[in-house]
Amino acid sequence: MKPANIEEYFNEVAALLDRSVAPGEIYTCRLDAEISDFVRLNRGKVRQPGTVAQCYLRLHLIAGGRHAEQCLTVAGDLGRDRVAIAAALATLRATIAALPEDPHLSFATDIRPSRVIRSSPLPAGEEIVETILDAADGVDLVGIYAGGPVYRGFANSFGQRNWHEVRSFNLQWSLYHRADKAVKTVYGGFEWASETFAAKMAGARERLALLARPSRSLQPGRYRAYLTPTAMEEIAGMLCWGGFSGRALETRQSCLFRLKDGAAALDPSVAFAENTAEGIAPAFQDEGFARPQAVPLITDGRMVGSLVSPRTAREFALAQNGANAPEMPESLDMAAGNLASADALAALDTGLYLGNLWYLNFSDRPACRLTGMTRFASFWVEGGKIVAPVDVMRFDDSVFRLLGDQLVGLTAERELLVNGDTYRERNVSSMRLPGAVVRDMAFTL
Amino acid sequence: MSEELIADFRRLSCDADFWSLRLTDERAESYAVRKSVAQPPVLLTDRGAMLTAHAAGGCGYAATSDVSRAGLQSALDRAASWARAAAPRSLIDFGALPKPAPRGAYASPDVDKPAWSQRDWYDLLAEESRQAGCDPRIVDWEATVETRTAEHRYLTSTGGDVLQRYRFVMPGMSVTAHADGDTQTRTLNGYRGLAQQGGEGMLDRFGFVGSGRRLADEALQLLLAPNCPAGTMDVLLLPDQMVLQIHESIGHPLELDRILGDERNFAGTSFVTLDMFGSYRYGSDLLNVCFDPTRPEELASYAFDDEGTPAEKAYLIRKGILERPLGGAISQARAGLAGVANSRADNWNRPPIDRMANINLEPGDATLADMIAGIERGVLMSTNSSWSIDDSRNKFQFGCEWGQLIENGKLTAVVKNPNYRGISANFWRNLTRVGEAATMQVLGTPYCGKGEPSQVIRVGHASPACVFAAVDVFGGDAS
Repeated sequence: MKPANIEEYFNEVAALLDRSVAPGEIYTCRLDAEISDFVRLNRGKVRQPGTVAQCYLRLHLIAGGRHAEQCLTVAGDLGRDRVAIAAALATLRATIAALPEDPHLSFATDIRPSRVIRSSPLPAGEEIVETILDAADGVDLVGIYAGGPVYRGFANSFGQRNWHEVRSFNLQWSLYHRADKAVKTVYGGFEWASETFAAKMAGARERLALLARPSRSLQPGRYRAYLTPTAMEEIAGMLCWGGFSGRALETRQSCLFRLKDGAAALDPSVAFAENTAEGIAPAFQDEGFARPQAVPLITDGRMVGSLVSPRTAREFALAQNGANAPEMPESLDMAAGNLASADALAALDTGLYLGNLWYLNFSDRPACRLTGMTRFASFWVEGGKIVAPVDVMRFDDSVFRLLGDQLVGLTAERELLVNGDTYRERNVSSMRLPGAVVRDMAFTL
Repeated sequence: MSEELIADFRRLSCDADFWSLRLTDERAESYAVRKSVAQPPVLLTDRGAMLTAHAAGGCGYAATSDVSRAGLQSALDRAASWARAAAPRSLIDFGALPKPAPRGAYASPDVDKPAWSQRDWYDLLAEESRQAGCDPRIVDWEATVETRTAEHRYLTSTGGDVLQRYRFVMPGMSVTAHADGDTQTRTLNGYRGLAQQGGEGMLDRFGFVGSGRRLADEALQLLLAPNCPAGTMDVLLLPDQMVLQIHESIGHPLELDRILGDERNFAGTSFVTLDMFGSYRYGSDLLNVCFDPTRPEELASYAFDDEGTPAEKAYLIRKGILERPLGGAISQARAGLAGVANSRADNWNRPPIDRMANINLEPGDATLADMIAGIERGVLMSTNSSWSIDDSRNKFQFGCEWGQLIENGKLTAVVKNPNYRGISANFWRNLTRVGEAATMQVLGTPYCGKGEPSQVIRVGHASPACVFAAVDVFGGDAS
């Protein structure tokens, strides 16, 4: 698989499929590919370096209202893959012949082609790792560098072609003081800049020094808190777990169904949207539907929309809006507030500065009640000044409170947080979030 | 897996000290019937290879979905290049490690037995779905299955050759009820909580037939139930919650790569330290926990791990005392401790790391009736629904789908949203009763997440029902 040829390869696959489908058959085909360097670091040294070149095709065959999907690995060379693609098509034909018609089948028929390539050259992974480790001299650094091109393609029988190609990197690292006291930093983007990395490393070293102060163990209770954008990412991530899903809302499994029903409300300053235009995810979804520029989800603290996949649209007579089957935001955007980030500690006054949260889950989903842990750089603040790191604490509280009647304010500045997940493949989603000062947050253990 | 590919490997050229190929070929079929509508089947063919090379004391890998000879050679060249580049900065001196040459094979039960047809599965799932949709308050329900076969081959430049063939069946059933502003869901042992090696015989072992109606009835009961009371009391955890408790607060903390710090940037570290092995009291005298890759039906049984170490049963905790970590050959060399064969990768495109595989709690002698009779005030909890634990694997909070009060030695009212919290280091010392073998279930999950880059892997857990004393219990918000 050669980076320069992957789009050409995908077009050849589409042409092969065009020639291979029988009259009355419709296909859609997705390509998910990447060539990624992954370098794992620990104790300021290299733990596990490697490269992964993977190419998956998701072939979907439709005939007479029946359909099935086959995902297969391919070499990225049509000469080698032709037989496997033909075999997959034959398997799908045999599979759908025995199926009933699917009343919720939906696929795009309007042709909406697109082509996005964001492919600045990156230094070699080996070179970047040298830079990182040189900068980590004298500190205990652990983390992961992931970089290289990621490809997403879509083609169908109607001639639609979509291509999304991004060459990006994501470096996530922690500097450890001792035990569980650490500062975590993320540097991701499309063009590696050593000076930007150096500035982030310098900032991390400064915060690391704060962790050397004697830590404070807090008793369970209610505390005023400032949640940084990275802490808010964990809260928002839980809302994304079915919260905005059209299907989950219709079936009352969403953690936000009470918000939709008007039985709960958030602060009027709270607004969420799926903002594809300003995110980094592809502008097309898996069945080939184009995504709107933005889908408002919560406005003025009230639920005004949801993410509706084509299948959910058919099931519940809704309008699809470019969501994939899981109906999770891929470019979640939370509106900024009026509180300058520089004033966040002053607004907190006395309480907890939460740099990161960790391992959240629902303790009562209909009540949108979450539990989770503080992690990494979290501090006790008095009079607007950081005075001590805090030992990890468990919180258990409802988003309807934290972003409802307990919300003091949201910061005016937001951070674009590129999803660094690497389960199965490198994630291409992001969130843009402000920080939040809350009056009262419940800590239990 | 073709002999041609093995011949291709033998013809690869490399000037590294040692190299290996790990090729996986997995085929899966997923079927579902949701709200009595057959969902489109999803088929998977996932085949690829990881080449690993040791050179100049460094180690590198390269994975590829191009398994042609040229593709393998290209990957091996890249792996060797990484090994040489990393050598001066390597955390580990790979040159000092033994070069394995394992030879052997493994096969799941029923691996060659004919599988059910697509029609067989849809008929079963449709009937369970039909039975579940029995009441207007049932708002969503789904019967699913994933069947999977896998062939894993491990070849080394030292002549090693291991072939392991697997077959998995993973059925699921979920029913959601809603009324009066509340929603309650019941599942069959949690999301994909039923997962075993072997054929369709496991359906009978877990009562899959009839589960749709049974779970619907239970979801409706939960809608009418009060919240679980709050307070300090005994809890009786059934196996489908015990497996989560074992997984999170024994399995992960004992993973040697966490203890050695590899996971500190992501999955976390451990409250367990190297000096604790051999002396630390992890739990009460009743606590006996094993790494057991030998139980044929259990999800993560195998003969060799993904770096070629032969797999054997070993005690991790015996009579409450911590004996051995979950670390593969590389971690064992780093730590200077004996471990187990648990260096595993979730697929061809991720490198092996320390994983828990099958972690089982050995049965005791208490009947379920005895355990209930011995509780004056407590709650029976079943089927995990929520899990959260700190990055040292110490402070946890877990929730279950189903709760039932135990008052004066008898099971009484159903309660909803049962949750409990505790600290691993104390919790296991309050283990007061361990169920006999008849209370045991062999469960597991295909979705254990860990690693950078991240991986989701199959793990198995077998456990009896157990009683814990003085647990902090609570319910959900009033609604």
